[in-house]
Amino acid sequence: MASDVDHLYIYLVLVSAVMTLLIFATIFVFAVKYRRRSNDEIPAPIHGSLKLEITWSIIPFLIMLTFFWWGAKIFFLNATPPPNSMDVYVVGKQWMWKIQYPGGQREINELHVPVGRPVKITLASEDVIHSFFIPAFRIKHDVVPGRYDTMWFTATKPGRYHLFCAEYCGTEHSGMVGWVTVMSPADYETWLAGGGTGGTMAQQGEQLFEQAGCSSCHLMDRQGRGPNLRGVYGTQVQLTDGRSVTVDDAYIRESILNPNAKIIEGFRPNVMPNFQGQVSEEQILQLIAYIKSLAITGTTVAPAGTQPAGDAQPNGGKL
Amino acid sequence: MSTALEQPRAQEKPNYLNAEYGWKSWLLTTDHKRIAVLYIISISAMFLLGGIFAMLIRLELLTPQGDLVNSDTYNKFFTMHGIVMVFFFLVPSIPATLGNFLVPMMIGAKDLAFPRINLLSWYIYIVGAAFAIAAIAMGGVDTGWTFYTPFSTTYSNTFVITAAVGVFVAGFSSILTGLNFIVTVHKMRAPGMTWGRLPLFVWANYATALIQVLGTPVVAITLALVGLERAFHIGIFDPAIGGDPILFQHMFWFYSHPAVYIMILPGMGVVSELVTCFSRKGVFGYSFIAGSSLSIAIIGFLVWGHHMFVTGMSTYASLYFSLLTMFVAVPSAIKVFNWTATMYKGSISYETPMLYAFGFIGLFTIGGLTGLFLGTLGVDVHLTDTYFVVAHFHYVMVGGMVLAYLGGLHFWWPKITGKMYPDGWGKFSALLVFAGFNLTFFPQFIAGYLGQPRRYHAYAPEFQVLNVMSTAGASVLGLGFLIPAVYLLWSLKFGKPAGDNPWGAKGLEWETTSPPPTFNFDQTPIVTEEAYAYAKHQEEHVG
Repeated sequence: MASDVDHLYIYLVLVSAVMTLLIFATIFVFAVKYRRRSNDEIPAPIHGSLKLEITWSIIPFLIMLTFFWWGAKIFFLNATPPPNSMDVYVVGKQWMWKIQYPGGQREINELHVPVGRPVKITLASEDVIHSFFIPAFRIKHDVVPGRYDTMWFTATKPGRYHLFCAEYCGTEHSGMVGWVTVMSPADYETWLAGGGTGGTMAQQGEQLFEQAGCSSCHLMDRQGRGPNLRGVYGTQVQLTDGRSVTVDDAYIRESILNPNAKIIEGFRPNVMPNFQGQVSEEQILQLIAYIKSLAITGTTVAPAGTQPAGDAQPNGGKL
Repeated sequence: MSTALEQPRAQEKPNYLNAEYGWKSWLLTTDHKRIAVLYIISISAMFLLGGIFAMLIRLELLTPQGDLVNSDTYNKFFTMHGIVMVFFFLVPSIPATLGNFLVPMMIGAKDLAFPRINLLSWYIYIVGAAFAIAAIAMGGVDTGWTFYTPFSTTYSNTFVITAAVGVFVAGFSSILTGLNFIVTVHKMRAPGMTWGRLPLFVWANYATALIQVLGTPVVAITLALVGLERAFHIGIFDPAIGGDPILFQHMFWFYSHPAVYIMILPGMGVVSELVTCFSRKGVFGYSFIAGSSLSIAIIGFLVWGHHMFVTGMSTYASLYFSLLTMFVAVPSAIKVFNWTATMYKGSISYETPMLYAFGFIGLFTIGGLTGLFLGTLGVDVHLTDTYFVVAHFHYVMVGGMVLAYLGGLHFWWPKITGKMYPDGWGKFSALLVFAGFNLTFFPQFIAGYLGQPRRYHAYAPEFQVLNVMSTAGASVLGLGFLIPAVYLLWSLKFGKPAGDNPWGAKGLEWETTSPPPTFNFDQTPIVTEEAYAYAKHQEEHVG
């Protein structure tokens, strides 16, 4: 991936250098050759040439189209993470990166990934816009409050690489930096096992689900005052206003922070309290992991293989 | 400065400078030429202010640790550098000064269509600038010149509203100037001055005026909404209260990308004039240069999304914006090729203004080509928000616009003041500017590609060498800007009388006296020839 970007970059540099040199050389030659030799010389007028104008419009444009095409190809490839990627969750907060792994490990300003395996990063912001930038991998994505974005990469060489915040975010913007450590798969397993955790993200989400009182309405064995969440992740649900929506990360997040926005048919608004400011972005990600895990083990609603929308469009309707 | 300008001399022909005396005759003038002089003084002061911030930034970045000032102060430095330079220098620069002075004269008019509105726009500019300076004096702003939400509306603890009001107010100055130019070019052309005979500088200012009138209201509304959300917490941009931060970026760049063309198009107009005059030859491809100004103005409105490729905007929207960005590059390329072709078989001389024109063509070429890097999707993902972007837009804004402004100022200085400056000093400082500029900004392309993010108070130590080069270059560049200030002021008092047409240039402004009389021409000129008819001039006078 990084090398794709580098190849295109080198191509751009070469084309630009040739164009610049051509123009510079022509100007230089003209400036010397046609310098004013006597003060009363008047050159013959040349008004222009349609042929030349068309030539020097079309040729550069065709070259630019190759820039566009190649750049678009790389961009498209980078837009969708491969299905076998491992998940990492990143929350940007003035002025640190909080990183969570599905196994429940958490870090600040440090990201550990194995070599050779695609890593899908889900990005959320606790406050302002940040931008998650790993120069060595040639990737960057803004971290926009109020929604999830995703990016992915496959690290190819073990080592330590810079991690920067690239979108100006206030006082300590330049301190919002960290390191990405790329490890061999074996080292990575050891590293994962080393950090004692309070359970996986889904288990932490389950605890939170109990503590916050969610379980008193969202009953798991029968229908309560809120929808039964078992098996709901990745399915289409009908809303009271007639629309339907896929239950994905973005919808669950919205339903926690602004429950009245999209009410499922058969349920009433103004029943669930608003959790804006009560739970952090990290905790929301844990709750989502928990609800997702219910879908996987669920026996009632979601048969295996009927949840195409969930993984393919993690940030609901990005396209 | 004004005392020197006002020195009466018994033998002098009446002109706009000696027509009246006293501060009232300046502050209440409706003469477009005097208003242009007022603008030159005011934007020079703002350029100095913005330049001081630039030097402070470069001093801080001499070392990677961020040890000169604290982070908050540094963040204010780059924010105020940006706000002052973009909104109070670059946007008004050429249109309000040289455009104001020359557009009526070049089309054979006595003044702009609305002389009092012209004065009003200067006062509005001053009020806007006063708000910006007040924001600085009270403690500054730290949002970056881009005012990105929700940082600017909710999180910043600085004088955002004051600065936004300054930009908002100054916007009306820009709108009124644009309006004035459009009406003037449509209604005030002298007999025989057809659209096909307009000097290219007028075409460029006309195209710019269209953007000013159509684009500026959008940024004004956007900043008003920022102020409202900040003051009253109405949810427009902050997602915590129901807004959308990306909406802000769409609205902001819808103006601010075309604003890039507000800043560069008049510069292109100046260069067209310089190249043809110092090649003593009609411009090659007149209608293509004129038409490319208009197409830049139009296509420029359709590409704003290329500032937002990593925001998570839809992939298909990104494709569209990337493709259209390639389209907008074509008219810019056409200009560069036509300027080069104009020199072919010309009679080229290298006075100070022409050196600036050479500099412009070279640096704008690099600035434009690196813009294509950023319009190319896969590469922009890596380069955006790094020093590559900083280098790119300084190549266009400083290497392009500021060089064109200086070139134009040196070209028309004899017309504006009636005095000649020392050409040797002019050439020397033009070379200093060129060398200093490249030393400052070329290393930033490299730093950006290596991954140095912009707006960093402290940076990773491996970038230090490149940053030291930048700072060294900035000192040379600063000197290159100071020297002209000295000799131009010196020339007001001691400069040799310039004569009406010191460069042997074509164009109505050169047919009147230097400095011109209050109403520009003793008689309304009648135009009988194309623009830049250098060869015809020869036939009439020699043949």
